[in-house]
Amino acid sequence: MNTKRNFVKTLAMTAIATLAISSAFAADITGAGATFPFPIYAKWAEAYKAATGNGLNYQSIGSSGGIRQIKAKTVTFGATDAPVSGDDLAKDGMVQFPAIIGGTVPVLNIDGIKPGELRISGPVLADMFIGNITKWNDAKIAALNPGKKLPDLEITVVHRADGSGTTFNFTDYLSAVSKDFSDKVGKGAAVKWPAASSVGGKGNEGVAANVNRVKGALGYVEYAYVKKNNMTFMKMLNADGKYVEPDDKTFASAAAGADWFSVPGMGISMVNAKGADSWPISTASFILMYKEPTDKAASAEALKFFEWAFKNGKKMAEDLDYVPLPDKLTDQIRSRVFSQIQK
Amino acid sequence: MHSPSSQMADGQLVSDGMVAIAKKQRVQDFFFHRITQAFSLLVLAALLGIIISLFVNAWPTFQKFGFQFIWRIEWDIINQDFGAAIAIVGTIASATIAMLLAVPLAFGIAVFLTETCPAWLRRPLGTSIELLAAVPSIIYGMFGLFVFAPLFADYIQMPLKHLLGGMPIVGFLFGGATNGMGILAAGIVLAFMVLPFVAAVMRDVFEITPAILRESAYGLGCTTWEVVRQVVLPYTQKGVIGGVMLGLGRALGETMAVTFVIGNANRMPTSLFSPGTSIASVLANEFGEAEGFHFSTLFALGFLLFVITFVVLAAAKAMIIRAEKAKGT
Repeated sequence: MNTKRNFVKTLAMTAIATLAISSAFAADITGAGATFPFPIYAKWAEAYKAATGNGLNYQSIGSSGGIRQIKAKTVTFGATDAPVSGDDLAKDGMVQFPAIIGGTVPVLNIDGIKPGELRISGPVLADMFIGNITKWNDAKIAALNPGKKLPDLEITVVHRADGSGTTFNFTDYLSAVSKDFSDKVGKGAAVKWPAASSVGGKGNEGVAANVNRVKGALGYVEYAYVKKNNMTFMKMLNADGKYVEPDDKTFASAAAGADWFSVPGMGISMVNAKGADSWPISTASFILMYKEPTDKAASAEALKFFEWAFKNGKKMAEDLDYVPLPDKLTDQIRSRVFSQIQK
Repeated sequence: MHSPSSQMADGQLVSDGMVAIAKKQRVQDFFFHRITQAFSLLVLAALLGIIISLFVNAWPTFQKFGFQFIWRIEWDIINQDFGAAIAIVGTIASATIAMLLAVPLAFGIAVFLTETCPAWLRRPLGTSIELLAAVPSIIYGMFGLFVFAPLFADYIQMPLKHLLGGMPIVGFLFGGATNGMGILAAGIVLAFMVLPFVAAVMRDVFEITPAILRESAYGLGCTTWEVVRQVVLPYTQKGVIGGVMLGLGRALGETMAVTFVIGNANRMPTSLFSPGTSIASVLANEFGEAEGFHFSTLFALGFLLFVITFVVLAAAKAMIIRAEKAKGT
């Protein structure tokens, strides 16, 4: 009986001690939101932990989820692909800054067409996604690709079935270049795709799998998935009238011309950016934080993490086919945005 | 009741001990009863809690669209215009196809296993069916998308379209794009998933038919089919319906596997090959990014799925009761 009681006592003591220890070490930074930047945030977190011993727990639950979580104050920072408006930021007392840049790429699957071989313009792409153009040998596509033999094949539109920042960026672009698309579909994290042939895939993986499987498929994915799955991407006509291929240089070019502080909360849209080398569907992913955080220590830790990542995480970002923010911009973010957050 | 043994003339010595034991047992029984009762009430509380929270969150949607929400054909997130008809049709169509395929197959499997299977094959076959039931649904989804859908497109959809697509009346069922995804593909993958459940339950209930009944029938000169039809099925009717309902319940609520192959298009399907969507896959796809009113409509969809499942189960119960009454008279 006595030993039993002792055992229980020891158990209780151990439990209390464990709790105390874990709470003392619970300095992990928590964040939640966009899925698009998840690979790079996870990579940065791993490297940051190795360098400083401090962990970061980022949950890629989707942009709207990230905004919900930061509003509920369950996380130190939220992450979103679709920027929050300046008014909403002011109302909630939050700041917003970009953390990473990437691109969305239209992809297709036609036998005999190699990556980068097919050229497309925004309005024609919009017509294909609306369903106005239903065959690959349509005159409008042929006009952009003189001399190319295109098959009499039905276009199967593949879109994201889940709500996603990628869809937001893509529809943001199509709405910007096509009035028809803006009227009939509009921009959003999930939209009503009107094309009669359209099917949805879950996540970038799902879209990539469907496009690679169905002959005549047309879809859109983040650039990293184009490389990973060897997908047939299209060359796109940009705002300067040049055809460009998606890669970190064309994404960076789109970002270079951006006037970040022209909009409160830095929530500019980079789609259809000017510049001869600019990829037209380049986008930034944003971070949301409170100006007066309830947990100042955690908030300061998160800022330290981003400062570290801006300085040391460039190579990692490039390896994962993202574009890191230029030094000039990160300096500005430090001086003009981080300074607003109470420490 | 307190000390019945005290009235015994010669049991005075034992009785005190017995009374103590009886008292202790009464207390134990009392607590045992209460605790198990609390456990079962917990289930009821969880069920009620789910219904209430679904309904409360869904209220803005029901308030805006009323009952029309059920048959409106619209799912436009940007314009906040919603209706459940597309998802309901997809859910019911895919589950119906699954049951049409799975129930006869499961019945055949169960009859073979219990009536005609050689003894040495019974164990391995039975175990493999049970193993099939333990495969996680995401595996069925991956199998469906990467293995089944391409084969289905080339070897089933194309021939079906050529053979039946031009026929009057049923032709429209086999029209449309043949890309391997859609209502029929989802139904077939679902059939694979529910088959082991239905087959396992049927086999178990067939086995409980008393040997004496079965052997008497055989003794009268019945064929295997006659034994199954006249003796085994009437005896096990309740269990068979139960098994079918278990399968149907799973087919209605299945999420991941359906999401992979149904095509996830928020449009009313026009043929068996059309991509569509089911309630469960809409929820799985859209919850992550849903906000405000959209969020509420997803709860409304969840509530409707709950109602559909409930109606199906109630109908099954009613069927059993009616069948029993018919037998009684």
